[in-house]
Amino acid sequence: MSTVILLAVTGVGLGAIYFLVACGLSLIYGLMGVLNFAHGVFLSLGAFLGLEVAQLLGASTWTGFAVSLLVGALAGAVFAAATERILVQRLYNRHIEQVLVTVGLGLAAVALFDGIWGTDPRFPRGPSWLGETTGVAGASIPNVVFIAIVSAAAVLASIVLFLKHTRYGMIIRAGVENRSMVTALGIDVRTAFTLVFTIGGAAAGIGGVLASHHFGYVSPMLGQTLLIFAFIVTVIGGLGSLIGAAVASVLVALLQQFANFYLWGTGDFAVVVLLALVLLTRPSGLMGRKA
Amino acid sequence: MTAMNTRGTEQVVQDKVAAMRHAARPPEGGPGASGLRSRLPGLVVPVGLVVLLACLPLLDLSLPGVLPGATYTPGTLHLLALAMVMAGAALSYHLLFGVAGLLSFGHALYFGLGAYGLGIVMEGLGLGLVPAAVLVLVVGLVMATLLGAVSLQVTGIPFAMVTLAFAQAGFVLVRKNPGKLTGGEEGLRLPTDYVPDWLVGVADTRNLYWVALAALVLAFAVVTWVQRSRAGHVAEAVRENELRVQVLGMRPFLVKLAIFVAASVIASGMGMVHLLLNSGAVPHTLSAEFTISLLLMVVLGGVGSRWGAVAGAFVYVVLSQRLAVLAQSSAIDDLPAVLRIPLSEPMFILGTIFILVVMFLPGGLAALGLRVRALFSRRAAAPPEDRSGTPGALVQEDDQQR
Repeated sequence: MSTVILLAVTGVGLGAIYFLVACGLSLIYGLMGVLNFAHGVFLSLGAFLGLEVAQLLGASTWTGFAVSLLVGALAGAVFAAATERILVQRLYNRHIEQVLVTVGLGLAAVALFDGIWGTDPRFPRGPSWLGETTGVAGASIPNVVFIAIVSAAAVLASIVLFLKHTRYGMIIRAGVENRSMVTALGIDVRTAFTLVFTIGGAAAGIGGVLASHHFGYVSPMLGQTLLIFAFIVTVIGGLGSLIGAAVASVLVALLQQFANFYLWGTGDFAVVVLLALVLLTRPSGLMGRKA
Repeated sequence: MTAMNTRGTEQVVQDKVAAMRHAARPPEGGPGASGLRSRLPGLVVPVGLVVLLACLPLLDLSLPGVLPGATYTPGTLHLLALAMVMAGAALSYHLLFGVAGLLSFGHALYFGLGAYGLGIVMEGLGLGLVPAAVLVLVVGLVMATLLGAVSLQVTGIPFAMVTLAFAQAGFVLVRKNPGKLTGGEEGLRLPTDYVPDWLVGVADTRNLYWVALAALVLAFAVVTWVQRSRAGHVAEAVRENELRVQVLGMRPFLVKLAIFVAASVIASGMGMVHLLLNSGAVPHTLSAEFTISLLLMVVLGGVGSRWGAVAGAFVYVVLSQRLAVLAQSSAIDDLPAVLRIPLSEPMFILGTIFILVVMFLPGGLAALGLRVRALFSRRAAAPPEDRSGTPGALVQEDDQQR
């Protein structure tokens, strides 16, 4: 029983990290129809800068950890906003080219990180509490899992509040629903484009700092590895659906954890099979709108 | 946007007409037989190029800065052979992306299947090179049909992600080393006992070079044939307007599947040559980065152009090798860190070039070639028209070139 609880809670923790990457992807796709292949490098940049800042301020203090989360979010947000303004916006409405540009940026940025921080993984240190475990019904859960879950829940809640209760949130929701109508009403959707990139980048940056503690390392490839699972999550959840992404993240991560433990390490395959099944039965994903 | 659509529709109509003419033609005539004579002058350059490439191992030419040594040296031949293998793979990707408009991020799966499959079949079943190759091609055909049928349930970006997921599953499988078949991270070594002696060893690099050249020529011929077949025409029409093709009473799914399978089988074939050339296979050949490098080559060369795909592959392979050499040189080492770090990463430079091509040169090298030609010819009065950058527009131009 304690094994099941351990797997379930760590699964939700992994799902939290997937969600932090996938929510940005899903929002960006929903509003702009762009599949952002550079999303993983927002995460890696957040993780690396967070690590550097934490080392400057003392890695084992809570201040250092909190500031590293903040810096990670900022780094992701700034990088993402710059990407949107400089590269993506110039290719307005040319979706394939927009995807290609993000692919190129992903390649170039990973290579640049290789050059700056080296290809070998680096190991972040955090407050000692993060490395300890807490007993839940007989299972000892690593504390970093709780931080991941709480942060992802906070990010989800703030994005939902932002979308529901602010003017720009309304524009974004309306844009996802029907972009040409919003444009026809005289609203400049481009600000909304930059905004979703910024929000997605910030979430990915936070995800980067948390992922570095969760997996225990940072490497230039970390982001792109997580990105593939985030893609799967967004497709299963339904492209453009935030809640769908949240549900699918947890589902995918749980499936992965349980299959890895009970089905001889076949977690990654189970996820691909789930993807195939979802696509065959519901091509638009669990919560996506009918195409 | 509207202009692009009308042009797309015209293209559909043209293709439909072409397909109908094709069907109306008496079967014994055979496609191409009548047009062969008129096409003969156009064949001079490609045939000359192939003959020149075939003679390179016997010549002592050097291109300092481009090739690592004289053309008869094994190092140079290996680099050129690698470029030819990648050009063949890029051609198969062109069939998917340029012709059918299918953006796949999992094409490496079939390339890796060829490389790993051939090694495993030879070692495991004790088959000779040729029977093993045939068996692997059949396996590739079956697998592409099954996975293609699932992936083609969706289109556009979801299709890209599904193919990516399948390839990722293959990548993970190969790295896990099930039953000690694939060699895990280390990769698979070529079982040399089952390969003819003249294809093994550094001294025989030129034989491998000729094999790679033959494979590239074959791939080019097959891709040309598929593209000019009825399936190719309908696939182009589907890319431009799927609904319309459906209304015309054709089945886009089957056509797309046929193109997907053809591209996958060609990729498997090139993967096998890659195994022979590198005396082994590594997990990288199944990775998403590998597919992305194929995409890079096709876009660099110009989406929709066969020659572009080949040129893009050569530029990519040679450039990444030369940039890696440059990164080691002292000229780079002495620079300040701000310049040294970016310049010593070949992928950073290639990625940047790629972004610039996508943003400022939508037709890639092929469009550049056309512009240069237009500059030199008398017909400069009609400059290359405004390029919308869709595969459709570019393929149309490729067709006009014939």
